[in-house]
Amino acid sequence: MKKSISNVFEMTFQAESVNEGFARVCVSAFCLQLNPTLDEISDIKTAVSEAVTNCVVHAYPNRKGMIKLRCEILGNDIKIEISDEGVGITDIEKAREPFFTTKPADERSGMGFAVMEGFMDKVEVLHGENGKGIKVIMTKAISSNCAVLVGE
Amino acid sequence: MHIKSKIYKNTLYVLLCGELDEHSATHTRMVLDNTFAGVNFSQIIIDLSELEFMDSTGIGVLIGRYKKMKNRNIPIFICNPSTHAEKIFKMTGLYEIMPKIV
Repeated sequence: MKKSISNVFEMTFQAESVNEGFARVCVSAFCLQLNPTLDEISDIKTAVSEAVTNCVVHAYPNRKGMIKLRCEILGNDIKIEISDEGVGITDIEKAREPFFTTKPADERSGMGFAVMEGFMDKVEVLHGENGKGIKVIMTKAISSNCAVLVGE
Repeated sequence: MHIKSKIYKNTLYVLLCGELDEHSATHTRMVLDNTFAGVNFSQIIIDLSELEFMDSTGIGVLIGRYKKMKNRNIPIFICNPSTHAEKIFKMTGLYEIMPKIV
């Protein structure tokens, strides 16, 4: 009998740029149980990097803060939630427009959300649950047919 | 990020080795600007064969260098992008300002 994979991991880390690579590696390692292709792993790593970079660059302008990362595997889907409790985004729709950036002088491309949307199947950007910060929820179906365990 | 460069026949060749993200962006900008400050070349070729990762912060870094070199009429070309880098370049239109060469 075949059994779908269901699994979750959560972690919290400081909003520092050095943790971008750490977050990418953690998520990609967790996804390996779905037997993704190298392209799928690259897509996921890039989307995670974009979301974490947004938190690092924008969420806590005047203080240190934390980023929460939650990853869930359900069947062949990977769902990634990345959230902060920082200053938030006033106009989310505007922020999602390609090339929009509040920091053009810093050579920001303004393509972060566009890259997330291009590399994942679905991207939701929500205000934080307690009125603080932003939560990004991204999902992607992994095409591999090997994502089932033989058990029971 | 480790960056190697050499000048051969009026072309500045730059090899980016490692990961180009927010964490490495400041260092990458500084090294590239120092390297590009030279005068013994008329075009720049950026080799991405050793680039292991790049996100949209990397696009911002490249566009920034393009703007600086445009003022000196020095074109920048990209070679050996990974499938992954190519996907980001096509998505962001980077090839329109930094054409890919084989």
